[in-house]
Amino acid sequence: MHRHIQLTEQGKLKHFLSTEGLNKSLLTEILDTAESFVGISEHQVKKVPLLRGKTIVNLFFENSTRTRTTFELAATRLSADVLNMNIATSATSKGESLLDTIRNLEAMHVDMFVVRHALSGAAHFIAQHTAPHISVINAGDGQHAHPTQAMLDMFTIRQHKKQFEGLKVAIVGDILHSRVARSQILALNTLGVAEVRVIAPKTLLPAHVRSMGVIPLHDMDEGLSDVDVVIMLRLQKERMNSAFLPSESEFFKCYGLTEAKLQRAKPDAIVMHPGPINRGVEIASSVADGPQSVILQQVSNGIAVRMAVMTMTLGHHGGMA
Amino acid sequence: MTKILIENGRIIDPANALDAVGSLCIADGQILQVLNPPADFTPDLTINAKGRIVCPGFVDLSARLREPGHGHKGSIKSETQAALSAGVTSLCLPPDTKPCIDSPAVVEYIKDKAEAADYPGVYSIGALTQRLDGTELSSMFALKQAGCIAVSNAHAPLGNLLILRRAMEYAGTHGLLLMYRANEASLSGKGCAHEGAMASRYGLPGIPVAAESIALAQALELAQLTGCRMHVSQISCKQSVIKIQQAKKYGLKVSADVAVHQLHLSETDVLPFDSHYHVLPPFRSEEDSHYLREGLANGTIDAICSDHQPHDLDAKLGAFPETEPGIASLETLLPLALELTRLHRIDLHKVLASLTEKPAAILGLQAGALTPGFSADVCIFDPELAWQVDGQSWRSAGRNTPYWQQTLIGRVTHTLQGGRLLYKFRNR
Repeated sequence: MHRHIQLTEQGKLKHFLSTEGLNKSLLTEILDTAESFVGISEHQVKKVPLLRGKTIVNLFFENSTRTRTTFELAATRLSADVLNMNIATSATSKGESLLDTIRNLEAMHVDMFVVRHALSGAAHFIAQHTAPHISVINAGDGQHAHPTQAMLDMFTIRQHKKQFEGLKVAIVGDILHSRVARSQILALNTLGVAEVRVIAPKTLLPAHVRSMGVIPLHDMDEGLSDVDVVIMLRLQKERMNSAFLPSESEFFKCYGLTEAKLQRAKPDAIVMHPGPINRGVEIASSVADGPQSVILQQVSNGIAVRMAVMTMTLGHHGGMA
Repeated sequence: MTKILIENGRIIDPANALDAVGSLCIADGQILQVLNPPADFTPDLTINAKGRIVCPGFVDLSARLREPGHGHKGSIKSETQAALSAGVTSLCLPPDTKPCIDSPAVVEYIKDKAEAADYPGVYSIGALTQRLDGTELSSMFALKQAGCIAVSNAHAPLGNLLILRRAMEYAGTHGLLLMYRANEASLSGKGCAHEGAMASRYGLPGIPVAAESIALAQALELAQLTGCRMHVSQISCKQSVIKIQQAKKYGLKVSADVAVHQLHLSETDVLPFDSHYHVLPPFRSEEDSHYLREGLANGTIDAICSDHQPHDLDAKLGAFPETEPGIASLETLLPLALELTRLHRIDLHKVLASLTEKPAAILGLQAGALTPGFSADVCIFDPELAWQVDGQSWRSAGRNTPYWQQTLIGRVTHTLQGGRLLYKFRNR
């Protein structure tokens, strides 16, 4: 079910809801297509006409300026028309159901929904119930998935490491609540890295995280030892109030990435973060701004990867012909 | 009065340790004679049950009818029709109606509605606390006088353990059975799926097994302390089976039931984000469902209930965590129970006892048996008949079942209640 809903009968990408169930060649196709879009942002005219005449709706039930902006830029550079809907919960609290919202927008003949929602499974639900010609891209649903973020991270890793085989990757921080981590773990394993470690206190690890094909660890020195990639996750402030953690400072002491801790990793290890950064909570400024940090490249790559996924799902395979 | 002869059927009556092919005579709404019809018996109606099983009508410990208060999901009329088509002739209605069953007026209302629906087998479970809010005891004596067969707080949490203790003592004072759904709300939180591999993968808020087993352990201790007759409703995990087994071993007066779908489905069967699998307690690990079956086979679990919860379409439309939990399960009760005999080699007599004699005994109800003099509540079913779960035969207003469009084996063909033939299956 999960597998099929994202794909057309020919095995092409119809929706992009999760990195789960997509095989290596399809994930690689996304990365290759994104590669072809990287140059566009550096042109004088930052536009290609691939999605001219298409209407893309950014349907954000949860606020996020950053993610919405990159999707908007990606769509604009593909010459699509973009409609931003910040529903934030206001429409649903007025009694309008998720499905009614979708039906209303469908009636306006749109071609794609980019969906962000606070509940896991929301993008799947919309993909299952929307008109057949509409593609759905998941821009983050609850704690489930954030596949475009994961793919831009894969893109950045490939840029620096050339291949996935043999890589050791550590993901550090609030894995439990992280849709980004879930999508990364699945993608990394499909792309064939040697090892994925997740490093966090037990309160911030899903109960059965091992079943996702990762090695759970609780110690940074052990966890970062000899890794090629360090991915730091954002720590939400509200975790302190709900007894997941005693304090930000204790978290930083144990799991904050400092130059000293980074020494454990390979000398050419890269440091990533999906943003926005909490300096001094999960990462020291000297590391975030340091030579091994690729955090800003992730942001630039985000646009190319989203352009790739948009063209692939709307049927223009292969990116710039 | 009508005399009915059911002939040539295989009569299975666990309460009377009977399994034989023969006839069943019904007169004046009661069981008259089993196996040897009186020579002068002249039936007004003869039902040929050849190749079928004739057994007592089923006694369901938990079926929501959605009235009063949730008429858009179902009605006492529609859901008792579903019950009849499922062979269920007695059912317990949990108190979480709207208003809840915390006053005699609501009990009377339900009685009137059941009478109007021509289904006398609706037994109201009274609210354990006023408004089910978990803080003040309900007027249990008045509820009992109005006809409540037991008391329960349904899915609503109790404020603290002292309230549970007092409720047990007070229910015991009035000789009322306390039905208890074990759930420690602080541990289950906003969970909507079993805290296991699937919830971890799909980022769904999980409910740990301990949320049930801790609450159960506490309640068992208090039942011991107070001497309260407690029935544990809809257990879902290995730990609960073990705890009840131990409690029974040490002589505690406790009984337990399981929802029929819990005996078959586990977290791995749950299709990602398919809200028809959203149920509480959630589908747990394969090991848990294995233990539930073991518990049924060895008698730790006394009864199988439907835990019927019909919903309107909208209740199941949405992102998984925001959909309403529950399965419309009356009509799949028998085929899923029979599946236990085929797939898991559980003895047919045991399975039927858990649907008839045992739940009746838990309630202290004169039902669930083909004893002469008992009300003639009889179910006749074809154990081999394959049928499709679809709009053709479905009676419940709720179509929220993971078995929709699937073919199941085993079909109730006739249901008699009080000696009246109230349901007959018409094969297409």
